[in-house]
Amino acid sequence: MQKRFVSICFRFLETDWFTVRRPNLKNKPLVIAAPEHGRMVITAANSRAQQEGIENGMVLADARALYPLLEVCEQKPGLTSALLKKLAQFCIRFTPSAAIDLPDGLLLDATGCAHLWGGEEKYLEEISKRFSAMGYQSRVAMSDTIGTSWGIARYAQSGFLVAPGKHHEAILSLPPEALRPENETAQRLHKLGLRKISQFIHMPRTALRRRFGQIFLQKIDQCLGFEDEIIIPVDPVADYQERLPCLEPISTHTGIEIAMDTLLSTMCTRLAKEELGIRQLAFICHRVDNKVQEISISTGHPSNNKKHLFRLLETKINEIEPALGIEIFILEASIVEKTQQQQEKIWEQACGLENNQLNELIDRMAIRVGTGHIYRYVPDEHYWPERSLRQTASLQEKSSAEWSIQNPRPIRLLLNPESIEVTAPIPDYPPMLFRYKGRLHKIIRADGPERIEQEWWIEEGRHRDYYQVEDENGDRYWLFRSGHYDLQNTYKWFIHGFFA
Amino acid sequence: MTQQKADIIERLKREILPLQGYRSALKSGLSDMGFGPFNGAFPDGKFPLGSIHEFIACNTENATAASGFIAAIVGSLMNKSGAAIWIGSQLTIFPPALKSFGIEPENIIFIDLQNQKDILWTIEEALKCDGLSAVIGELPELSFTGSRRLQLAVEKSRVTGFILRKTSRSLSTTAAIARWNIKSLPGHVPENLPGVGFARWQVELLKVRNGRPGKWEVEWSDGKFHPVSKIAAILPEQKRKTG
Repeated sequence: MQKRFVSICFRFLETDWFTVRRPNLKNKPLVIAAPEHGRMVITAANSRAQQEGIENGMVLADARALYPLLEVCEQKPGLTSALLKKLAQFCIRFTPSAAIDLPDGLLLDATGCAHLWGGEEKYLEEISKRFSAMGYQSRVAMSDTIGTSWGIARYAQSGFLVAPGKHHEAILSLPPEALRPENETAQRLHKLGLRKISQFIHMPRTALRRRFGQIFLQKIDQCLGFEDEIIIPVDPVADYQERLPCLEPISTHTGIEIAMDTLLSTMCTRLAKEELGIRQLAFICHRVDNKVQEISISTGHPSNNKKHLFRLLETKINEIEPALGIEIFILEASIVEKTQQQQEKIWEQACGLENNQLNELIDRMAIRVGTGHIYRYVPDEHYWPERSLRQTASLQEKSSAEWSIQNPRPIRLLLNPESIEVTAPIPDYPPMLFRYKGRLHKIIRADGPERIEQEWWIEEGRHRDYYQVEDENGDRYWLFRSGHYDLQNTYKWFIHGFFA
Repeated sequence: MTQQKADIIERLKREILPLQGYRSALKSGLSDMGFGPFNGAFPDGKFPLGSIHEFIACNTENATAASGFIAAIVGSLMNKSGAAIWIGSQLTIFPPALKSFGIEPENIIFIDLQNQKDILWTIEEALKCDGLSAVIGELPELSFTGSRRLQLAVEKSRVTGFILRKTSRSLSTTAAIARWNIKSLPGHVPENLPGVGFARWQVELLKVRNGRPGKWEVEWSDGKFHPVSKIAAILPEQKRKTG
């Protein structure tokens, strides 16, 4: 596909920014000044100020002498790059990859984008219209190479749209600065009387290299498209991204649903072909007023089932505030993974944790109740009851350990062992009576003790002697004594669980 | 002639049963785990799967016995490979113990929620998923409407649902196919040997749709129910109720 690049040049970026914020400055000579060597020096001047003969680099006092009513704003450090970044992000509606071009412009990779606006002319018109609506004066040029677009946007008087393949002719009448040479090179070219590109572009390359260096040749090549140049987008383009620009701003629930559905079906078809599934998905809506609304979902299992993903996203539609309308929808799969191909049986469904429906169910529940509430347990290599298992949120995680079934374990375990009063006969015999929550339990049968030592490398503490006891009703409890019997009575009895 | 009539009535009965919520589960049914005593209580002579069973528990000990009984049935339903979901608030289930009821503890997904509405919604959604072997829900209250929603959900998916209600304050009617109450019984240890013996339960079937409520004493050992007293004590006729 023929590459097309757009270069945008903001000639009065900083002054425009102040004018947007203080409309009373409009149509007045305005300069931005910054202190330098103990005096105020002008760093930017708007078009009215330039008409009065005020230029960048002038001392503020001199400028005031030229035009006493001059409006002055103090320079804000870092404003330009922050502003350009914001503008580049705004350009996401024109192309997926927009880059900052310091000090005063933006670069857009517009390959295959213009037809959505009904042609390149309308595309450029729309871009400059949108910027001027925001209060920024811009010059927008489009051509096959970044270099040509850059030069045209800054130095041409007309013909900002360069047709495919015509960039060679387009740059001929421009001054040498349009090629982005270093300052020194540009000065030398002027000194030699080479004031137009056409005057030296056909010179032998060896001669040009000898006089102006390899870098200058490279710039020429980049401009003419002999050498590739890449742009680094402000927001890296995700590998799996679908965009849907809308002719009219969308603000209804149904409209958003339709957009979601359209984007999902394209993406799912593509992912299914590549045998990939989505783990994390973001649905981004760019509003007319330049605000961005985003909802995102994640799944526990790579999925390219459109219906399922739609149901997950659908639950969050209400979080989107369309305000005056959404003009572009972007669906971005931030994490994709290989799907496990399942051999499907017609007569029987896999019933385990790998079951697709189960995975989809868990995803749906996670959206409603939050992921933290859904978990599974896998065994862990510890004897201490609280540590003998591990909670995990993943349905796939497996443990190398095995469930220990040597000793009986209660089916219900108290979160924290609760202290009980006990009457026990001689050391190391199970208790005869115990009182728990105000009720006295007489122990008829008992089994134990099972001693479980504290793991000293994890936590210091006393061992536990566990007894399984049964009271007169047949209810069974798991009691333990913490520590040894001793005369000082430092040991304590606890209840830890209930047997079925 | 009478034989013919009897046949027709038998056939019609069989046709009516599915309409009342008794359906044969699609998946492999319960393996034989000594369900003999209970089977007689159900109209088609089988433990009903693909429907809602309700368990009443008035205290923690009661609830524990009921969860043991549920675990025993779920263990057989899961058949080593299936998955089940256990939903409730402040769950205290200790998974390693489930292993002794034939459940692979890793295959149980726990969902711990605070809000009753969320719990009910989650149970309902889980019951609609036919990739599950069983769904166990712990709820303090279950309204008739709520239970009917659950019953309708399982009628489509044929998942078996177990609802453990931890209160007995008001036993309202529900659309569950059966209502159980499980109590622990003292274990039996021969000849003064030490230990506590196998778990024993008094299983009471308080209500069952079109069946005969009853009361049994069973022992759980070797992955099977063993009747303690061989003959089921069927409740007297006047106490019989239909759901």
